[in-house]
Amino acid sequence: MKISMIRDLLDAEVLCSEESLDHEVYSACGSDMMSDVLAYVKDQAVLLTGLVNPQVIRTAEMMDMVCIVFVRSKRPTPAMVQMAEADGIVVMATSKRMYEACGMLYANGLIGTATHV
Amino acid sequence: MSEPLIFHFDVDGENFTSAGQASTQVKKNLRQLGLSPDIIRRVSIAMYEGEINMVIHADGGTADVGVTEEYVEIVLKDHGPGIPNVEQAMQEGFSTATDTIRSLGFGAGMGLPNMKRYTDSMEIDTVVGVGTTITMRVNL
Ligand SMILES: Nc1ncnc2c1ncn2[C@@H]1O[C@H](COP(=O)(O)OP(=O)(O)O)[C@@H](O)[C@H]1O
Ligand SMILES: [Mg+2]
Repeated sequence: MKISMIRDLLDAEVLCSEESLDHEVYSACGSDMMSDVLAYVKDQAVLLTGLVNPQVIRTAEMMDMVCIVFVRSKRPTPAMVQMAEADGIVVMATSKRMYEACGMLYANGLIGTATHV
Repeated sequence: MSEPLIFHFDVDGENFTSAGQASTQVKKNLRQLGLSPDIIRRVSIAMYEGEINMVIHADGGTADVGVTEEYVEIVLKDHGPGIPNVEQAMQEGFSTATDTIRSLGFGAGMGLPNMKRYTDSMEIDTVVGVGTTITMRVNL
């Protein structure tokens, strides 16, 4: 799935790195616990979260993720957006809640992966 | 590279926001050295979890990362409270983190298990009331 399709499906607002919207992604995960995200390393490309602090961006960086979606109208701070932009990570915000956002992406073919290292 | 390269960092225990800066820098340095993405990711995640632990459990410390031709070694040293029961601390889900830490996205009790999972060796040297030194290696 192209990142632009995630934007369209979730009716999300893109906050940075628009130039990467054409990038293809194949898996995603949704969580507010960063250590749970860090436990599953295999090519997780998209992170959906309702947590807002700089560690969300760092976690995505460590995992080589390419897109972060903030759910239920959470807004990252300008400093967070800057961090993500410097790493080329697409950041978007949607008013959808976690369950619905994950469900819509999954139903449209973006499946999760649960492979440990 | 014949001489082992060493990167040294001070990890500020007062500042949750800056936690992970050392790991971010190491990730950049290892990229410059041309190591494989898989190795870099494993080193960064293990170090990041350890760095977060130093901030949330031990008031900060130091991180030293050495790169030789055979491995990347990460040494995380703090003068925090120490870990009374390492076997218990290593279990997935065990955590003494506060609700505040949990509300920041950490404290799931997955840090030490993740560090072990992503590295080829991990040693925990800890004395209650004195501090903790964790040495991890990822083979190249
Ligand atoms: N550097 C440290 N100093 C003191 N205690 C630590 C340190 N690192 C880990 N611990 C202890 O081990 C437990 C498990 O660590 P970890 O698996 O990273 O989970 P979490 O950090 O989510 O609590 C912590 O809750 C804490 O009690
Ligand atoms: Mg931890």
